[in-house]
Amino acid sequence: MTAALDVKGLTTRFETRAGHVTAVNDVSFAVQPGRIMGLVGESGSGKSVTGFSILGLIDAPGEVTAGAVLVDGVDLRQLSTEDLRKMRGRKVAMVFQDPMMTLNPVLRVGDQMTMAVRVHQPMSKSDALQHARKALEVVGIPSPAERLKAYPHQLSGGMRQRVAIAMALLHSPSVIIADEATTALDVSIQGQILAEVRELADETGAAIVWITHDLAVVSSLADDICVMYAGRIVERGTAEQVIGGPRHPYTQGLLDSIPARHEPGRKLPQIPGSTPQLSRLPEGCPFQPRCPRATDLCRTEPPLDVRDGQAVLCHHPLEGV
Amino acid sequence: MFGYLVGRLIQAMMVVFVMSVIVFVGVYAIGNPIDVMIDPGASQEIRENLIRQYGFDQPLWQQYFTFVGNVFQGDLGRSMVYNIPVTSLVFSRLPATLELVLVSVGIATLIGVPAGMYAGYRPNGIPAKLIMALSVLGFSVPTFWIGMLLIMGFAVNLGWLPSGGRGEVGHVLWFKTSLVTSDGWAHVIMPAVNLSLFKMGLMIRLTRAGMVEAMGTDYVRFARAQGLPDRQIVFGHIMRNISIPLVTVFGLELGSTLAFAVVTETVFNWPGVGKLIIDSILQLDRPVMVSYLVMVVLLFVMINLVVDLIYAQLDPRVRLKGGS
Repeated sequence: MTAALDVKGLTTRFETRAGHVTAVNDVSFAVQPGRIMGLVGESGSGKSVTGFSILGLIDAPGEVTAGAVLVDGVDLRQLSTEDLRKMRGRKVAMVFQDPMMTLNPVLRVGDQMTMAVRVHQPMSKSDALQHARKALEVVGIPSPAERLKAYPHQLSGGMRQRVAIAMALLHSPSVIIADEATTALDVSIQGQILAEVRELADETGAAIVWITHDLAVVSSLADDICVMYAGRIVERGTAEQVIGGPRHPYTQGLLDSIPARHEPGRKLPQIPGSTPQLSRLPEGCPFQPRCPRATDLCRTEPPLDVRDGQAVLCHHPLEGV
Repeated sequence: MFGYLVGRLIQAMMVVFVMSVIVFVGVYAIGNPIDVMIDPGASQEIRENLIRQYGFDQPLWQQYFTFVGNVFQGDLGRSMVYNIPVTSLVFSRLPATLELVLVSVGIATLIGVPAGMYAGYRPNGIPAKLIMALSVLGFSVPTFWIGMLLIMGFAVNLGWLPSGGRGEVGHVLWFKTSLVTSDGWAHVIMPAVNLSLFKMGLMIRLTRAGMVEAMGTDYVRFARAQGLPDRQIVFGHIMRNISIPLVTVFGLELGSTLAFAVVTETVFNWPGVGKLIIDSILQLDRPVMVSYLVMVVLLFVMINLVVDLIYAQLDPRVRLKGGS
């Protein structure tokens, strides 16, 4: 089976005053239809830039400099600007973090949705509205016909994010990229939406890339997990592998920092230091200054260690399961 | 909505009342019009008769209430210089200013907004830089100087356009306007362009700023992620958002141009209200000054009301509340 999304060696660089900054460094992963891949990392790890790079939505001074993005076998990077635009929303859709900001405040939900429908499927306005109404029904919005007439500020945060997800679903895309899609929402709403996303992946067969900083969210939602650090994927495997038996010290550190996994009253373990600035990365392994297992060897580029499909970029990987 | 309008109307009346007091006191402080009007050699008796005739011997507050009383009967007084009712004097001049201002604000908007949108859409291109440089010239070079250059170029050297004055007028409904004759357009185009330059610069910069800001917003990113073409993003999504501040400035500019098109009207010898008010100030023609200023206030209040109504139409988050 061909992967719905196959990212190979994706590299995105930004031209800054301090020189080149490689925000996405040789990132590769594949997502099969109907599966959810969690892309996890701290702020500044390059996970959002990865999402935008897949859609070809990187603005100057940034540029995707290498790699391939295959969607249903078609390399988006080889397409003309116009052909790429036609793929966006139709084959690859994206949902953003802040539902307050992603909908245009001065247009009715219905107007925004019909615009998004008709750009890829020419049809009458009323047909497009029907289509939009069905999409809202799918994501569990009550009385969708009324919601179409509403302005974004008249909807709650959760409702707005559901609208955004419905808009991503309009053309039954093969790939949906969700960038921190539930981060801004209440925990209860977040749970509902995650359950719906899981259902959607199973029903529609869309491949979903769920970008988040929250390992707890991903562990309950994703089939596969990629852990990103300083622009690279440092660990990749199935959810059971990565959560159950992390092999990269960074993944281990992230898991240890989840409060719910610990007895109350105990001191919470944490990863010392903070994410390095991309313009001043340490030599060799970027995690080396914060890593409890670091040795002199870590000043050299870490090798890729693969075991049972669980890949890890480390000189001294943990045992795992 | 109705409550809102009533609230605004009360507010407007208060503004007009306060303004009328300020204007009345201010004009009173400028000087005695009798001194300007009559022959210095006139006898004391004639002088005092005249003062009594105009009611200048009464205390200020009494003069004010007489004035207000007359206004409520639709009488704004008579011009001391022209000896005709102020209303007919102002209304004979107003259409000229109105057409000049509408043409100039129209030019400024029709050129300034698209130019600003383009400059904001491709902010790093050479055309954008050129547009921005021109916009700086537009509102930094003095109006009268550009006006004189235009006259030199198009009227004196090229001889294409008349150097000043208002052209032939035609009738539209019960208005007299020069915008229906070609001679009228030939006369109005140069002063209108002159008057529009400042506003155009303003519109360009404002539109560009809004455009640049909008291009970076999440809703534009989201629209791009949906595969919408740029044309649709600009005209379907951004246009409405950036038109909100534009409408405000458009309204303010419309009002201030109507009231103070003085420089251009003087340079091009345009028979509008701007010239009328300057002449009245020089001759201390009190009734004209007071009524004109009160009318300007009314105009501003009305324009602001219309702007607010349009605002509410454009931005659904704005709620019009009554009596706040």
